Amino acid sequence: MISRFQIAYKNLLRKKARTLLTLVGIMLSSWVLVSLLGFNRGYEQALNRDIDNMGYQLMVMAKGCPYEAATMMLQGGAGLRYIEPSMVAEIAGREEVEKITPILMQAFFDPDKGDGGGIAGYYGVEAASYPAMKPFLRFHQGGWFQGEEAGEAVMGYEAAELEQRVVGDMIMVPEKNVPLKVVGILERTGTQDDGTIFVPLKTLQKIAAIDKITTIGIKTRKDADSQKLETALYQLPDVQVVSFSQVKQTIMKLIATARVMVLSIAIIAILIAMVGVVNTVLMSVLERMQEIGILKTMGAMPGDIFFLVWCETLILCASGGVAGIGLALVFSRLSDLLVRRILPYAPGGELVDIDLKLALLTLAVVVVVGLLSGIYPAWKAGRVRPLESIRSEG
Amino acid sequence: MSAENVAALEARGLSRLYRRGSEEIRALDGVSLQIKRGEFVSFMGPSGSGKTTLVNLLGCLDNPSSGELHLAGRAIFGSGKNLDERALTRIRRELFGYVFQNFHLVPTLTVRENVALPLAFYRKPGTEGEVERLLGLLGMAHRMNHLPGQISGGEMQRVCIARALVNRPEILLADEPTGNLDSKRSVEIGEVLQELNREAGLTIVMVTHNPSLGRLGGRMIEIRDGKAYES
Repeated sequence: MISRFQIAYKNLLRKKARTLLTLVGIMLSSWVLVSLLGFNRGYEQALNRDIDNMGYQLMVMAKGCPYEAATMMLQGGAGLRYIEPSMVAEIAGREEVEKITPILMQAFFDPDKGDGGGIAGYYGVEAASYPAMKPFLRFHQGGWFQGEEAGEAVMGYEAAELEQRVVGDMIMVPEKNVPLKVVGILERTGTQDDGTIFVPLKTLQKIAAIDKITTIGIKTRKDADSQKLETALYQLPDVQVVSFSQVKQTIMKLIATARVMVLSIAIIAILIAMVGVVNTVLMSVLERMQEIGILKTMGAMPGDIFFLVWCETLILCASGGVAGIGLALVFSRLSDLLVRRILPYAPGGELVDIDLKLALLTLAVVVVVGLLSGIYPAWKAGRVRPLESIRSEG
Repeated sequence: MSAENVAALEARGLSRLYRRGSEEIRALDGVSLQIKRGEFVSFMGPSGSGKTTLVNLLGCLDNPSSGELHLAGRAIFGSGKNLDERALTRIRRELFGYVFQNFHLVPTLTVRENVALPLAFYRKPGTEGEVERLLGLLGMAHRMNHLPGQISGGEMQRVCIARALVNRPEILLADEPTGNLDSKRSVEIGEVLQELNREAGLTIVMVTHNPSLGRLGGRMIEIRDGKAYES
């Protein structure tokens, strides 16, 4: 016995090159679609993760462009303006504040970094308050510095890996030529912390000859009215408040246009692939009119022929879809790199996140759209009258 | 009336008109005939005489313009009623097996799969093992797993005959079954049909141009200008 599914499959083998080209079209479309859906989700997750890993929901900094400031914070850059450290005590007294930490961000040009040199990001943080703000940080080696004025440093995983440092090594602060002893190396976090070097706040202030800070990180109590706190903080002189939920919304809005554009391209790619499916299946039907007529003389009902042709579409779309999703999984790192090159701001971690659910969703979309495309050729094949096809033979 | 005496097929005044613009073409003109069970009848006649039109009507591939058709005592066409494609298909798959001049074997299916093809759409009870039995009967058992491209024209037509018979039809309709074969293969196919008629008692209605093939049947009917004449 032979099943209709086998018949459909073997029909597709008749014109191997045409079937293969159609499969490639569907495969590429599925690849693009699943990668974009993966990006849609992965980007937001990565951004949330970056923001959550900041450990605080609000940042207080000197007045300036808030987006520039937020981006600098997220990318490990340095603010150009400073605020008074006394502000920390003033804010800490508010009932909405659960934890607070002062930060001094400094960037030094390191001629040995990369090919033509690069910026080394240094964070001056308090040993007393900063680790409590980020309790999720784990150490690959060593631990936090012991004193607030110690000549010590804690390196992010990638910073240590790049410079091939281990605990106990001495590093030199670029431009300033101040030696620091590496006392800890953090585990990989997938965030900007990986590329940062943490130094005791007072030590960095001394190195940079600045007695101020750039930022105050604030973690609010769970039941606190953050809006009320933000309003109160705005009353402080010459400061601005950056709420990370707002930053997230702003960044998501900024990339929304890009997402819409790329999704449109994906939809166009899917439509082109589906036109290919219609073309392939319709051509195959038109070439087999007489044979379909013969099948009808054998007892095949219009519905049987419709189903047979639909099976061909299903096989094409399902195989192309699975292959495309497979490719997307194999090359997700490549997609990640491409997206990072295109976007103005890309959070750390995986940007293209494809899981089983998303893969199945994409496959379902491809198969459903494919089956819709197959309706016309299948309907046309189902309507073939045996007499007409037999008459046209020879 | 015993089962043997019931006509397998009976046509009464079958006519078929076609229109080409304002011109009316009478392809078949009031043909009446009766074919009994187990008969081997050949329709012969020049091209355009109406023999294929007649076979198409007898085989329920088309509706007549007028006249009646009875199959195994059951009225199929008559009183001006036309059957839709589904109804015709139901009759066809119950009663007929068809062999055409062109083989129309699926090139990517093996000989066995091609013969089993009708069973994918409709399967009469008791047809288990029929594919192998027929291929053995038609001397094609050794070619079962070959593709159509790997066998000769005569062998392809044997496969088509097996495919037509796999659902155990009452009547085999063969329209120019040797039209694409050389004389040696034509004789072979003729002998196969004759054997099926004699040994298995299969009713065969065949259209042919070939007089020697036409004589293989016990009865020859000449079709001329849309009318049937017993030879």
